[in-house]
Amino acid sequence: MDAKDILGLPKTPFSAPQEKKPRPQKDSQRKPDGISREVYALTGGLAPLMPSVDVSHLKRHSQADNEKITWRWLPFRSSARTDNLQLYHWVRIVNAVPPTGDYSFAKYNKSVDIVKYTEEEYEKYLTDPMWTKEETDLLFDLCERFDLRFIVIADRFPSSRTVEELKDRYYSVSRQILIARAASSVDVAGHPLVKEPYNATQEIERKRALSMVLSQTKHQERKDAEVLAEAKRITESRIIEKGAEEDELHVTSTEGAEDTERAIIDVESVSPSSNNQLPTATVAPPTATTDGTSTPASLRLLRVYLRTNVLDQMVQAASSSAGLRTIKRVEQTLQDLGVNLKPKVPTKAVCAEHLELRKEILTLLNLQKQLQNKEAEVSSLLDNSFTDIPSTPKRAHRAVDQDRSFIPDSLSFGGERVGKRDHKRKAPGRFSEAPPSPPQSKRPRKFKASDG
Amino acid sequence: MPHNSSARKHGGEHSDGGGSASKIQRVKAGRVSEDNEKKSSSKRLKDVEISVPIVYGTISFWLGKKANEYHSHKWTVYVRGATNEDLGVVIKRVVFTLHPSFSNPTRAVESPPFELSESGWGEFEIVITIHFHNDVCDKQLDLYHHLKLYPEDESGTQSTKKPVVVETYDEMVFSEPSESFFARVQNHPAVIVPRLPASFNLPPPESIDDMNERKRGDTNDHPLSQWFMNFSEADELLKLAAARQQVQAHIARIKRQMIVKFLGLDDRG
Repeated sequence: MDAKDILGLPKTPFSAPQEKKPRPQKDSQRKPDGISREVYALTGGLAPLMPSVDVSHLKRHSQADNEKITWRWLPFRSSARTDNLQLYHWVRIVNAVPPTGDYSFAKYNKSVDIVKYTEEEYEKYLTDPMWTKEETDLLFDLCERFDLRFIVIADRFPSSRTVEELKDRYYSVSRQILIARAASSVDVAGHPLVKEPYNATQEIERKRALSMVLSQTKHQERKDAEVLAEAKRITESRIIEKGAEEDELHVTSTEGAEDTERAIIDVESVSPSSNNQLPTATVAPPTATTDGTSTPASLRLLRVYLRTNVLDQMVQAASSSAGLRTIKRVEQTLQDLGVNLKPKVPTKAVCAEHLELRKEILTLLNLQKQLQNKEAEVSSLLDNSFTDIPSTPKRAHRAVDQDRSFIPDSLSFGGERVGKRDHKRKAPGRFSEAPPSPPQSKRPRKFKASDG
Repeated sequence: MPHNSSARKHGGEHSDGGGSASKIQRVKAGRVSEDNEKKSSSKRLKDVEISVPIVYGTISFWLGKKANEYHSHKWTVYVRGATNEDLGVVIKRVVFTLHPSFSNPTRAVESPPFELSESGWGEFEIVITIHFHNDVCDKQLDLYHHLKLYPEDESGTQSTKKPVVVETYDEMVFSEPSESFFARVQNHPAVIVPRLPASFNLPPPESIDDMNERKRGDTNDHPLSQWFMNFSEADELLKLAAARQQVQAHIARIKRQMIVKFLGLDDRG
């Protein structure tokens, strides 16, 4: 706005319809009170979205004109004090009338109402083999002095008594007195001391449990959380199961009920008991188990399942450690071998064989990778050690490596190889590949030597 | 045993709980059997699984001259035993859920042979829900099958004589079957039942005469049986065995290579 002033431009582009919208324009041009012009301009010259604190909202000085205020240095005493000490302070005098009343802060001097027993009452109700009268008196005196702060009291107590013992003695004495003094037992029945007596053993247990929880290591915490989560899952699944079984007639209902009872008692046994009927759809077994060998245990929980789904799950479990690329390579290998990715006739035997085959292919691929890694290491070592010597030996080595690693990669399982079912003949057959490779490598070596 | 391994995983707690659980179960089952004869047969056979091989799929015929826009193909969806045996011993009923454009898309078939014939023009996924008899299993089993009307080659020459057949072989596995179920089916040709040790005394199975009196539910003489596909596990087993041998040989070779390499490295190094 200042800039436009300097430039001599009209204040707002909408100078014409200014009459139509006077209010917004007026607000932006008028500087409100209580806030400087520059600061107001920072907000863009508009009213802030939030209501800012208006000066008129602040408390006004409530002095009327007919009052005359003076201040005087006056002495005072406090009823909260027991020693009658006199101090001085400034006092606001209105129309020369000095204020009356107690020291204004004396009302905050609260203390606990400790029961006071007489000698006879002690003889009659309060004798206790564990406590002498002196100790009890001392206890009560300390309680009064320290406002029932038992930690301090226990500290000050001459003979070493635990906090629980002191509390126990104090509360039981108070309770006894209360009951004894009451006109009838009905009157005090509502009193908290009577209604809920102090239970020392429970307190000790509670504090011990608290300290245990406090001193738990992270490891333990995590374990506890796991157990609780598992228990929650079990109870939830049982609830679903209850709902699912409502509309079906079944003979094993008695079994199921017994199982749930036992499992609710037996929360610590984390894994679902083998007799538990999981209500998940029969076709989709629970995904809790990942280990291949334990899937039969989880599948036993279902009553019926399809073998292909079992196989899928097992395959997934077996290849869970492998990455996506490895899985693709496994599938490629299967295809090269002429095996269907999903068996056409999934009988028990076929599925077992299929699974074993997949596992073996995984092993094979892992071994190949290991071999490649080792060879890479070896060749890099050779690179470092043979830097001066002409490169022929290591190039030959690398060529050999390339040939060797090439053959496993291609895995050319043509139809003719599959035809040879006799594996005894296969072993020497494989060996026969080894001799050809060195001759093959000789050719590149000669080539490179001629180049170099 | 997989059960024990899972127990070991959880530090033995489970084995205690499982052991006591099975004990309690056996005691309770014993008590129950005294009360009620029917309930005594609810005892489950552990570590036993019964498998029922089935084939499910569709056969679809082109209607040729009789085809109109909305009914160009006549197809049948079915669930049959893999060897064409009667599945009624295990299956109570089968519910085929068709495309919503069909009237009453939920069709239930209460008795074998479990099949449904319809005519239409479009391909869609059929949901096949199998409900079992009470002593077999409480849960139902869902299968999904895509109805195929048009043949693979798009030559357009459809014949009313040669149908488009898509079948899937699968096996329904019942783990820990109840004794009564086991006893009922132990000699039935549709069901694969493992051999139990001699200590189990089970009631003898139903006599064959009863089965003859009831309506036949097997598909041996089904009108469409000529189109049924043959599923031979022998082929697959052979192929798998061969593949495994190859892979094993490769593994052995690589292991030898690795040994050679490392021995060779020692020489050089």
